[in-house]
Amino acid sequence: MTGATPPLLAVQGLTIDARTPAGLKRVLDGIDFTLGREETLCLAGESGSGKSLTALALMRLLPAASLRVAGGSIRLDGCELAGLSERAFRPLRGRDIAMVFQEPMTSLNPVMTVGAQLMESIRAYGRESGDARGRARDALDAVQISDPARRLGQYPHELSGGMRQRVMIAMALARRPKVLIADEPTTALDVTVQAEILRLMRDLRRDFATSILLITHDMGVVAEMADRVAVMRAGRIVEQGPVLDVFERPREATTRELLAAVPRLGALRGTDGPPRLGPATAKPSAPAAEPVPALVVHDLSVTYGAGGWFRRGALAPAVAGVCFDLAPGQTLGLVGESGSGKSTTGKAVLGLVPFTGHVAVDGTAIAGLSARDMKPVRRRAQMIFQDPYASLDPRMTAGDAIAEPLAIHGIGCRAERRDRVAELLRRVHLPPEHASRFPHEFSGGQRQRLCIARALALEPTLIVADESVSALDATVRARVLDLLLELQEELGLAFLFISHDMAVVERMSHRVAVMRSGRIVESGSRREVFETPRDPYTRALLDAVPQRLSPTCTRSTGNTTPFTIT
Amino acid sequence: MIAALKAMLRRPSTALALLVIATVVVCALAAPWLAPFPPDDQPFDGLSPDGAPLPPDAQHWLGTDTLGRDLLSRLLFGARTSLLIGLVANGAAVAIGMAVGTAAGYWGGFVGATLMRFTDLMMAFPALLLAIVLAALLHPSLWIVALVIALVNWVQVARIVYTETRGLAERDFILAERSLGAGTARIVGRHILPHLLPTAIVWGTLGIATTVLLEATLSFLGVGVQPPMPSWGNIIFESQSYFQSAPWLVFCPGAVILLTALSFNLVGDALRDLLDPLQRGRG
Repeated sequence: MTGATPPLLAVQGLTIDARTPAGLKRVLDGIDFTLGREETLCLAGESGSGKSLTALALMRLLPAASLRVAGGSIRLDGCELAGLSERAFRPLRGRDIAMVFQEPMTSLNPVMTVGAQLMESIRAYGRESGDARGRARDALDAVQISDPARRLGQYPHELSGGMRQRVMIAMALARRPKVLIADEPTTALDVTVQAEILRLMRDLRRDFATSILLITHDMGVVAEMADRVAVMRAGRIVEQGPVLDVFERPREATTRELLAAVPRLGALRGTDGPPRLGPATAKPSAPAAEPVPALVVHDLSVTYGAGGWFRRGALAPAVAGVCFDLAPGQTLGLVGESGSGKSTTGKAVLGLVPFTGHVAVDGTAIAGLSARDMKPVRRRAQMIFQDPYASLDPRMTAGDAIAEPLAIHGIGCRAERRDRVAELLRRVHLPPEHASRFPHEFSGGQRQRLCIARALALEPTLIVADESVSALDATVRARVLDLLLELQEELGLAFLFISHDMAVVERMSHRVAVMRSGRIVESGSRREVFETPRDPYTRALLDAVPQRLSPTCTRSTGNTTPFTIT
Repeated sequence: MIAALKAMLRRPSTALALLVIATVVVCALAAPWLAPFPPDDQPFDGLSPDGAPLPPDAQHWLGTDTLGRDLLSRLLFGARTSLLIGLVANGAAVAIGMAVGTAAGYWGGFVGATLMRFTDLMMAFPALLLAIVLAALLHPSLWIVALVIALVNWVQVARIVYTETRGLAERDFILAERSLGAGTARIVGRHILPHLLPTAIVWGTLGIATTVLLEATLSFLGVGVQPPMPSWGNIIFESQSYFQSAPWLVFCPGAVILLTALSFNLVGDALRDLLDPLQRGRG
């Protein structure tokens, strides 16, 4: 920044209270930051730290029923916004300050065409509605969408997640705002798409001369994008400064934790298995006799939507001819982008979706088994889902949820189950007295621990973990991964670890299979796949991981030598 | 359980609503002893000299109807009919709707499609016509009326419950249940029905008022409760043409229906909050 000109956006002492039955509770406490012209400032922090609240307060989109701005000043281009009435503020939205949300799937109106929504954001407040269609096309052009003229007539569901996020950005930028607020704009996207969107945002900042306030929990994204970074924790900014300073000399524990949580691709270069956590146990690493594989999959295919009386006919297969096997106590990482069929594969090996082909869990073939014959297999193979909140019955206490598998399989009496629940809670490092709480009273990471405890209740040999850490913050994710490794070591679990995150897969896996369009394009030991990838798709996935803090040509900060987080 | 009841009584509106419901129930049960006159008695002095119904006075607290019958007595006896219809007929409608909707939503496929197409057919069929046909085929009595109303009213419940069940069945925790090896009975009974409870309660309480009025319509058309047996609905219908000259004949039963329905709604609301664990530990 050239310190002479006043900053475009200056926030001072922004304080927000939440209305709770117990009275007002401070959720944002004296937030100070500035955003210069054509600068990118990242607000980083775990969820619940107040990043999104700050953004919503700037846009004045806070739910008035539950939150109240208690004080502070927001100056945009020298003009005080804090005291403005809603009526006076409304024209500023979109024109001076615009926002892009996390979920491109839910932030677009599903029953309006892309063009209609774009034109609406251009026409709002009347001005220059003359050639709205042309301007909408230009806006799509600017976000580098293929075939913009055709996209105008399409509905959101016809576009991919990445394209939808481009449309959201086009809408936000349609009226050339001075400030663009982006709240976790790439968190819901695949890693290759994330890289494209981040590149696009850098280009747009240059072309549109827009300042960007980027909110993220991922320090990898910060490294890619930010000029300066402000780290938030519990409603305060704990550390703030140029990105290189903060990365090289983090002062606060929160910052160090966020940095340490960035999964570093290549960190395990030259080793075969995941890092051992405890001291090496006396367990023989290679048993003499060939053990029964925990999972054998041969020529597995799944086709959704087989036709029926009132439905249309069969669709393309989601999984086609997949083969792999998994040794006891080992982890197979299954990577690929969304829609590649990896989740479907995970469900099929547990018999949760109809499939064709051969699947054997712990030596038992499950194809065509009745629900009754399947039940004993279920004791040996369990699943952990992506969204821990969605996979727990919200009307059931944590204790009941963990005891559920025991009840289903008729194991133990009530008192025994209670003891087992307490033991399982301790096993996943949660206090046993939390058993009487309901899922919504836990944090995201704790909920995933509950799901892990539930999966462990039946002492399985195989656990299918379907994107089990994707919904978690970076720091929480690191802790849950440690827990999974610890459990594998102690209990000899085999994991089928499904993820789109290459760095996480590298950390967890012994062997890796890369899926694309329902097929495995490459598989091998972790070392082979990560160090000498053969398939171009694997290489593209590896290249897309944000990992380097390097001064690329588009960045405005002129100093610095190449620097990597690793 | 006791603590839950106490928690409900702590809301003034709920306590008041419970009081109203209790009063109505007591009135219905004790109608023969509470009523100042027999409900179908047409005393000689029940009408004015020129044959008009009497306005409320000391002898007839709520006045008399067009045939000179004491309105208060008819309302007390009418409570029996209307409560029975409101609770039994409406309860049956909610139960049928829940069963059909849950089954169709959970199993889907052929079973679901068949059940829902049948529901659509029922929905498209004019409810009143169906009720008239059913009531005409079967000999009219209070129980037949209740049955007819249940057979007409379940369709909306089934539709809504179906949609909700579809949504629930796709949720991950149901998949998690299946991956644990839970059977259908357990999944539906312990993990789907509890989530449908708020819907059931809302329909169960909202439906009371509409059911009471549907009964009145049927009675008016001669296929409902047979005169001289009173019900709140048929009191309104018999007297509505006298609305201008004798407004109490419509206002009094109308107010009673409104108050009762409102009370059931308030209790239903409180019950729904009470049964919702998500309300616990909020904020």
